[in-house]
Amino acid sequence: MEQTQPQSVHVHAPPEGFLWKYVFSLDHKVIGKQYYGLALIAVFTGMILSWLMRFHLVWPNAKIVGLDLISKSGAPGGVITPEYYLSLLTMHGTLMVFFVLTNAPFAGFGNYFLPIQIGAEDMAFPRFNMMSFWTTAAAFLVLVLAFFIPDGPPISGWTAYAPLSAVGSDAGPGLGWGQNLWAISIGLFCIGQLLGSLNFIATTLDLRTKGMTLMRMPICTWAWFITSCIGLLAFAVLLPACLLLILDRMAGTSFFIPSGLVISDRLQNHAGGSPLLWQHLFWFFGHPEVYIAILPAMGIVSHVLVTSMRKPLLSAKVIIYSMISIGFLSYMVWGHHMFVSGMNPFSSLLFSFPTLTITIPATILTLIWLGSLYGANIRITAASLFALGFVSMFVSGGVTGFFLAQPSIDIYLHATYFVVGHFHMVMGVAAIFGILSGTYFWFPKMTGRMMNETLGQLHFWFTFIGTYCIFMPFHYLGLVGNVRRYASFIDDFMPALMPVHRFVTIAALITGAAQFIFLYNLIHSRFFGKPATDNPWDGTSLEWSIPSPPPWNNFGGKHPVVYHDAHQYGVKGEKGDFIMQDSPETAAG
Amino acid sequence: MAATTVVTSPISQIADATRVSGHVEASRSGIWVGIFAIIMSFAALTSALLVRQGSGEWSHIVIPSILYANTLILLLSSVTMEMSRRALAKSAGVTAWIGITLLLGLSFVAGQYLAWRHLAAQGLYLATNPNSSFLYVFTGMHALHLLGGIAVLVYLLGRVIGGYTSLRPHLLDNTAVYWHFMGGLWLYLLFVISTRL
Repeated sequence: MEQTQPQSVHVHAPPEGFLWKYVFSLDHKVIGKQYYGLALIAVFTGMILSWLMRFHLVWPNAKIVGLDLISKSGAPGGVITPEYYLSLLTMHGTLMVFFVLTNAPFAGFGNYFLPIQIGAEDMAFPRFNMMSFWTTAAAFLVLVLAFFIPDGPPISGWTAYAPLSAVGSDAGPGLGWGQNLWAISIGLFCIGQLLGSLNFIATTLDLRTKGMTLMRMPICTWAWFITSCIGLLAFAVLLPACLLLILDRMAGTSFFIPSGLVISDRLQNHAGGSPLLWQHLFWFFGHPEVYIAILPAMGIVSHVLVTSMRKPLLSAKVIIYSMISIGFLSYMVWGHHMFVSGMNPFSSLLFSFPTLTITIPATILTLIWLGSLYGANIRITAASLFALGFVSMFVSGGVTGFFLAQPSIDIYLHATYFVVGHFHMVMGVAAIFGILSGTYFWFPKMTGRMMNETLGQLHFWFTFIGTYCIFMPFHYLGLVGNVRRYASFIDDFMPALMPVHRFVTIAALITGAAQFIFLYNLIHSRFFGKPATDNPWDGTSLEWSIPSPPPWNNFGGKHPVVYHDAHQYGVKGEKGDFIMQDSPETAAG
Repeated sequence: MAATTVVTSPISQIADATRVSGHVEASRSGIWVGIFAIIMSFAALTSALLVRQGSGEWSHIVIPSILYANTLILLLSSVTMEMSRRALAKSAGVTAWIGITLLLGLSFVAGQYLAWRHLAAQGLYLATNPNSSFLYVFTGMHALHLLGGIAVLVYLLGRVIGGYTSLRPHLLDNTAVYWHFMGGLWLYLLFVISTRL
């Protein structure tokens, strides 16, 4: 063994005092939990907003007790106005996409487990890491503030399409300071994510422990690494886009506002801007954002599945290459969100081709998961059920992507519930299943206590059946022409579809209520759960080689040496049918 | 907060040797990754310029000639930045060279401010026309990023006044990479605003 002189290593000392331990902590594990906690607040807020929307769609004149206390103008007497419906829609989308689907699977779990899985004691830049979280938390507060200002939250949707988002309060409620807060919040969010992505990339490239080659990293480490590369490029584009939007709104420039625009009988004092420019910049970020949400979930699910199946995946390498190609292709498809925007039809054709191409690596991933499951004696746990649920949702939601990728079909379906069903299943629910799978899987490591399995499986079945009941009918509604973004259908041409909407609303209320089982399980198990062993699932990756919960410096001042990849299952090892990554033993058949 | 720990177990010794170089490597990677993100942002702004130019109301403006003088100052500061790296290797004169680089950097920002004053005197403000909007956005964003570099130079100067031993070479190397990138970025932006606006 090569001899080297002892080196002094700069590591930060164990934090002392509540403020430095739990609030402004530099520890990646605390920061990971902070991100997760923020996502938890955001997801329940977003869910309640979706309840309000579903409720209003089927009982538009019903009073919701207490809602007028939050917004007098938005819900006079507790009845939601059509404009306030749009505010709820905007805030639901923004909270869910940015503060849940980006925060939890990527920033939350990634922060907690990426350094441990590569054998590092922390992220490369712990101070940047802390700044990243607090910038994100500030972004959340700025966004939520919009609920409590007289103007109310913006009504321009989570995509903030210009010129509606750019012209100001002439165009409707929420488009004054509400929209300003939205733009500032998203700008801050971008800065937080850029700092985070930079940290993830540098940590993965340079802080891997001895023996941890790139191809020995667990699949979820790869997923976080690829996601951070995507995030770096995507948020670096959304940030200047937000800057230009803020300038249009506050400084009177005309980047996105065209000439001769008359709104509420007032000629807007702008000239020559291009509303399509906003869509190009936004979707250049927006499509990769879909993969920022789904790739970490794919990684988590692969990690959970391989541990539950007790045998290696058909090919971990092909999974990694597929994820890389998805990441690469995600930058060439943004125009498929703009088929009906008035963009040149030839461009639509150009964007359609890579969109269909991206289904190839996505299909390969699915086939590997399903093929690996064949013949596996899978251990059924809440974590593995949610991982299987992810695969189901990803397939069901992904199949409709083939339809929408073709401009001729998309033109008919674009403004309907078909699209809402598609993206909720493939991006929203699938990614949430990944988060939940990761939660049940890693909770013992993060807290040193087990979650209640029975409640976990009950939560799964309610959520799994419930989400299908909510989002499958959306596809049928869309096919018969049910338009989206409308606040109610009572006096419209849709009354015949109301029974379907009522069914969806009831399903949404029940499925949402089932999430409180999860919340109860999470909080109760944190304090009263059964104590967890260091390796309750017989996993091979490095997080299972250290105590539950891990000490502040992860490996107790030592640095592990890695001998294998993370897929040594179905072998004869010292501890059972697996060999840990840091164990020098060799597989004996 | 920072503490120095000496780890002595045999396996750890080897791992730690890579760990120390790992942190140096990580800071270098960090700079390049950051540069990549900044390139992406300015690429987005450039594409916005091209699209906006195609949608009308576009009129040519003459850029203030002081921008060319500022360019020379910034390029000169890149030379003095290299001199400070050489000075650190020889442990002689590093304070002076970093100080000069800092002064040149500040002069550049002051020069940019004069350019904005010059534009304003002509009645060209941020919202006057798309050309002036882009001119202010490009120069403003670049100045903001350069101020980040200036803040690091101030920090380095503080370290170097505290004694050479407390200035790790990779800090100055990374700052130099960023500083040269700022110079390169400015040349690109100058090309864009002088040919497109």
